[in-house]
Amino acid sequence: MLKIRKTFVTGFSMLAVLSMVITGCGSSTSSAPATTGSEQATTDTQSKDSGQDQRVEGGTVRVAMATEPDNLDPYLSAATDTSSMMDNVFDGLFEAGENSELVPAIAESYQVSADGLTYTFKIRNGIKFHDGSDLTAEDVQYSYAKLSGLNGKEPLSAKFAAIEKMETPDDFTVVVKLKEKDAAFLAANIVAIVPKDYEKQSEKPIGAGPFKFASYTPGQQLVLERNDQFYDQKKKPALERVEFKIMPDSNASVLAMQSGDIDMIPGISDQGAKQLGGGFQIVSGPQNMVQLMALNNSVKPLDDVRVRQAINYAINKDVIIQTVAEGNGVKLGSNMSPAMKRYYQEGLTERYQTDVEKAKALLKEAGYEKGFKLAITVPSNYTFHVDTAQVIAEQLKAVGIAAEIKQIEWSSWLEDVYNNAKYEATIIGLTGKLDPHEVLGRFETTYRKNFYKFSNAAFDDLVNRGRTEVDEAKRADLYKEAQTILTEQAVAVFIMDPSRSVALKENLHGFKMYPVQKYDFAAMYFSTK
Amino acid sequence: MRWNQLVRNKLFIIGGCLIAVLLGLMVTSLFYTPYGPNDMNTAMRLAPPQASHWFGTDNFGRDIFSRIMEGTQTSFVIGIASVAIGLVIGLLIGAIAGYWGGWLDEILMRVIDAMLAFPGILLAIMLVSVFGPGFGNTIVALGIMSVPAFARIARSGFIQYKEFAFVKAAIARGAGSLRIITHHILPNITSPLIVASTMRFSGSILAEAGLSYLGLGVQPPDPSWGRMLKEAQPFIIAAPWYVFITGALITAMVLGFNLLGDGIRDGYDLKR
Repeated sequence: MLKIRKTFVTGFSMLAVLSMVITGCGSSTSSAPATTGSEQATTDTQSKDSGQDQRVEGGTVRVAMATEPDNLDPYLSAATDTSSMMDNVFDGLFEAGENSELVPAIAESYQVSADGLTYTFKIRNGIKFHDGSDLTAEDVQYSYAKLSGLNGKEPLSAKFAAIEKMETPDDFTVVVKLKEKDAAFLAANIVAIVPKDYEKQSEKPIGAGPFKFASYTPGQQLVLERNDQFYDQKKKPALERVEFKIMPDSNASVLAMQSGDIDMIPGISDQGAKQLGGGFQIVSGPQNMVQLMALNNSVKPLDDVRVRQAINYAINKDVIIQTVAEGNGVKLGSNMSPAMKRYYQEGLTERYQTDVEKAKALLKEAGYEKGFKLAITVPSNYTFHVDTAQVIAEQLKAVGIAAEIKQIEWSSWLEDVYNNAKYEATIIGLTGKLDPHEVLGRFETTYRKNFYKFSNAAFDDLVNRGRTEVDEAKRADLYKEAQTILTEQAVAVFIMDPSRSVALKENLHGFKMYPVQKYDFAAMYFSTK
Repeated sequence: MRWNQLVRNKLFIIGGCLIAVLLGLMVTSLFYTPYGPNDMNTAMRLAPPQASHWFGTDNFGRDIFSRIMEGTQTSFVIGIASVAIGLVIGLLIGAIAGYWGGWLDEILMRVIDAMLAFPGILLAIMLVSVFGPGFGNTIVALGIMSVPAFARIARSGFIQYKEFAFVKAAIARGAGSLRIITHHILPNITSPLIVASTMRFSGSILAEAGLSYLGLGVQPPDPSWGRMLKEAQPFIIAAPWYVFITGALITAMVLGFNLLGDGIRDGYDLKR
């Protein structure tokens, strides 16, 4: 009878699930008020501030984080989630601004020589690290030597490879000389500055940011405390403590927020926001990601531009945004999100209006009147991309392309698709960067991880000129033209920038969206309500 | 086993009815489903159950009833094929180990013990991760997963029956080993094997659902109940019927086969 009892247990747990569903339904009848667009959201909170709500000094904000930090050392960590937490502990010469501009932080000012090779940074006076020691030019030199490999060890970041040598004429000046012109170098200076000869960053990180590292309990939480010695009085944090609770289960974090155990969920799903119900703020905006279906431009029949264009005509991006992202995504036309305001080329989204007849005509022209088979490889851990693949497979059927979805593990995806370009089509999201070169340089012929196998002389020329162009306006034009080439050549199907949604407690204010994943707790505060 | 005894067994009847209904759904789905199981109608996303969509629609606007119907094929094919693999290999190993005994028995049974040391689903996950996900590999992995159960049952049967007088008589008459195994012992151990098969059948279906839930089994967009349960999970608030219907059907199928197996076993017990 043992088997029978087992099945009864299954039956009872089904019932338990059912009753949970019913109670869940009752409490979420009203939908959350959602604001779209970051600017709108900030103005919204500001207007609230001017009301009777009072700004409170102090308080603890508890944040649900889905992943465990991979390494507390800012130079050894690769995970975006980790850096978005630790960014509050570390400051760089610059900080990323809301409009992908660079905001001076540790550096007071900078100068670039006429040949674009020498950068002179002026360091702000009187900055103290969390251990009480002074931050001087020596620390900057030590940090950059570590990153660039000038200390004789393995370089820790490719972005600093262009550094030829560094000098510190006085305690508050750093002169960096590059091997060749590199306009993307400036944006790299948002990286953390660490105290000289301190090698225990992985255990007890020490930086100069607005918050101090307090403790980290694996599997439970990471705690930051306010840095009362913070150098920038105008940006002095109001919050006393930030507790990042590790909660891998998204349903659990929503329930915790409802019961008041959590004040903020960064990256809440659309379904989660719906489940949360009223009484919370949901801020959403573009996250500067490019979700695309990459096409391997070197395999048949995708080596024919007409076939790639036909695929672009066959796919209806609006339907994907509606079904997969619940409408919370911005349609793209090229490999640049509108979050990169200064570099975004308008109008490319209209290049391929969904048109099945046109797609069929192009396929016929290319000699694939009867269609062909297409394998779409997707990393199985990203439901978002797997779902997108299902919609695309269905849409491609209409023009005679039989798409087969192949789910593979993330590590095999990195190995086979990203490193070795062994695939036909794949769906992936490219995370945002501050500098347009980092975004568009991925398509350069010589780029090591150019897994699109795209090669176009005009494009290469444009991004190379962009790399060395120091004039901002001219540089933006070059990258805009490069985007147009990507669209015309139909290198990939550029789908959308899925919005990032953040859930906040109603009396938590000052949250800002950035073109990179960044949560600036120094600007956030509670109000009395 | 007597048929009229089975018919009087309530468990057998309930289990039989459940499986008959699902079998009926599967056979129908070979010729007809109300909608194409992969056809998307984005205007009708997450629609609740209604006259035109009996079980509602999923997040892509696909008809859940049609997908459930199509999914029965996946479940039955994977169940039958993997039990067949497990039965053949398990019987072979059990027969060799039980009939000849000695060091061969030791070696084979220690291998089986090693396989039993892993929880079945973990073994299947390992095999699928090595050979890659997909329909065929899922069947093979689940088949290998059921080998130990069949091998142990077959071995104990062979050990028991090879000492019986009729087997000794056959040996004395000069019958070959193969003839003794297939004609004298095998017919006597079919009943426990049939019971084990029905039980393993439900185990395989559940394991397939589990693997597909983890994204390792049947690949999208082909419907599988496990995959559907996974896809339904984020919409547990917006579309509770989706997750409930899928979960209830998996439960019904597993329950049906378990009851069927219990009924058959009770029938055999009466005979003794």
